[in-house]
Amino acid sequence: MSNPAIILENISKRYRLGMVGSGTLREDIAGWWYQVRGKEDPYSRIAETNNREQRGASNYVWALKDINFSIEQGEVLGVIGKNGAGKSTLLKLLSRVTAPTTGNIKARGRIASLLEVGTGFHPELSGRDNIYLNGAIMGMRRSEIKAKFDEIVDFAGVERYIDTPVKRYSSGMYVRLAFAVAAHLEPEILIVDEVLAVGDAQFQKKAIGKMKDVSMGQGRTVLFVSHNMASIENLCNSCALMHQGKIEMLSRTSEVVSRYLRINTSDGNIPLSKAPREEGNGQLFFSDCKILNATKQRTHSVLCGEPFQIRGVIDVVQKTVAPSLHISLAISNKDGLQLIHLSTDEGLSGNVAISQSDQQVRFYCDIPGLNLPRGEYYITLFVSDGRTVFDHVEHGVKISIEDGDFFGNGKVKASNLGLVLQKSTWSVETSET
Amino acid sequence: MSNPSDYTTVIKPNAGLFNLKMREVWAYRDLVFILARRDIVATYKQTILGPLWFLISPVLTVIVYMFVFGSIAGISTDGMPQAVFYLGGITLWNYFSSCFTATANTFTTNAQIFGKVYFPRIVAPMANVLSNMVKLFIQMLLFIGVLAYYLLQDNSAITLANEIYLLPVLILMMAGLSLGVGIVISSLTTKYRDFKNFIGFGVSLLMYASPVIYPISAVKDQGYGALLAYNPIAPIIETFRYIFTGQGCLDWNGLLVSGLATICILLFGLILFNRVERTFMDTV
Repeated sequence: MSNPAIILENISKRYRLGMVGSGTLREDIAGWWYQVRGKEDPYSRIAETNNREQRGASNYVWALKDINFSIEQGEVLGVIGKNGAGKSTLLKLLSRVTAPTTGNIKARGRIASLLEVGTGFHPELSGRDNIYLNGAIMGMRRSEIKAKFDEIVDFAGVERYIDTPVKRYSSGMYVRLAFAVAAHLEPEILIVDEVLAVGDAQFQKKAIGKMKDVSMGQGRTVLFVSHNMASIENLCNSCALMHQGKIEMLSRTSEVVSRYLRINTSDGNIPLSKAPREEGNGQLFFSDCKILNATKQRTHSVLCGEPFQIRGVIDVVQKTVAPSLHISLAISNKDGLQLIHLSTDEGLSGNVAISQSDQQVRFYCDIPGLNLPRGEYYITLFVSDGRTVFDHVEHGVKISIEDGDFFGNGKVKASNLGLVLQKSTWSVETSET
Repeated sequence: MSNPSDYTTVIKPNAGLFNLKMREVWAYRDLVFILARRDIVATYKQTILGPLWFLISPVLTVIVYMFVFGSIAGISTDGMPQAVFYLGGITLWNYFSSCFTATANTFTTNAQIFGKVYFPRIVAPMANVLSNMVKLFIQMLLFIGVLAYYLLQDNSAITLANEIYLLPVLILMMAGLSLGVGIVISSLTTKYRDFKNFIGFGVSLLMYASPVIYPISAVKDQGYGALLAYNPIAPIIETFRYIFTGQGCLDWNGLLVSGLATICILLFGLILFNRVERTFMDTV
């Protein structure tokens, strides 16, 4: 622990909310005039912590506040957090897109940032020209690009189209070419933001493999921001959890990931009505949701394959008139991966309409048997009228699934090698020819 | 802890006022050329006439000027053939105006790239100045062609002046001036969009304050002719015409003042630009 590749000291970043750019000349002059008269400038009130769910009094907000940490050479650090937690701001500071308000960042070696792939790609130019253009924008010398040109084209697998303008490329080819340039940058420090979310599965695998090579084989430091817990766990040895502009936790990846998923859910411990809301205007409000087993008893765990019911209550907080209400429930696993989506659009014939006098909506969702292996799962609740989101509770209810006789063959232990279970009938023959 | 001096990159809230990061710009020199090449190649992709467009616009402009300013308004051309006079003026003026406009819009046109990747931002306007210089050279070939035509006609009004060696100096001055004024405006535009509105008509007004469609001699004795002396562009255009035709005047003092003004504006612009580039992404 003595050779950090990057050190962040007291990093803070303040942003101004609302309209920036229009009327600022007037405000600046007014602010200056207040100062001249020795009064407090009303336009520079003290900034507040970054919580997008609360409306604040100040026009300024700390997107990052007093961030202190260091990253060892050769480490792959994952950064996770909710939307608006400050992940992107942190990456922007590290990649020097914008400067911090306070603090210092010290880094050893060249920093290359992949906040997106294909930055500066010009649609009219050929693949060849764009490799040079993109490479140079990322800080490569022309001779370096030339030396690696064949390797880049080979990695992207676009040899046939290399002299075709990239606007004629399929989106997959475009991304592959863009990532290929980035992958051959050879910086000492690589900063990556969710770019792996694009491209087909085969390419994603290739890309993750390349990033592993970069960090392990070549001793480079990688900072990786993603919402995909699977790739974070796959790639990073340690992980930082950001919350409201601060580093909430910095530890081994598996611990941080499970902590992150707990922040986002009521965990069965918090009543649904007090659970944090992802979005929604509050007109309608999920006040209760419970799981009933086949004998209509309240439970938190159901057997795999066993029928059960999800029963919930939506309170009408403000008078609402909606000709058709969409209620949906999504079931995700502990990695946050959404596996099943249930909705009144598919499971209900007809419309749910609410009129002025309605005060409560109760819903009953019967499930003949979940095809999910044993484990902890979360239910996300969502209600809208198709345009306006009334309420959205991410991972509001926990449900655990126990081993059950899903396959109807008397064996209760199902394989958990796949994310979902599927019934199948086999016939196997042996033959001598 | 290891020696702090091995940290090659240090990111701080504010950079020194006079730290112009020229070494970093030098490291990105290839990018200047690649961006300049992109500008040139991309503009004329999928056009039939391609780079010929570089020539069509000055030819049409000269024809219109000859008609409007030459025939109708009857403005003096200092004894030069009208085609030579107007073409000389607009060749250099177009260089200034296109460099200036592109540079002034640097932050807005490149916001996409600047928001994702760091490189010294001054690279983008430098590439503009360079790609426009290629355009200038092509247009100068046209100008020299027209000049040659009149020379072959044995028109005594045209002779190459001895000071033809000033040509590269004039082009560099024009490049420096457009870059300087451009980056000042672009720095201000990031925060105050008011200046954006100014760019468009500002350029066309500035043309009338420069000796593009009239010679300095025609306004010298008029009231506002004195004002023209404060326009650093005026001596450059005037000298440009002089060195090719031997007509008009060569004002060494004006040229010197204009050179000093260029250096001052460029330096001021660089300092301002360096301050703005660090956080402009937050306001753009």
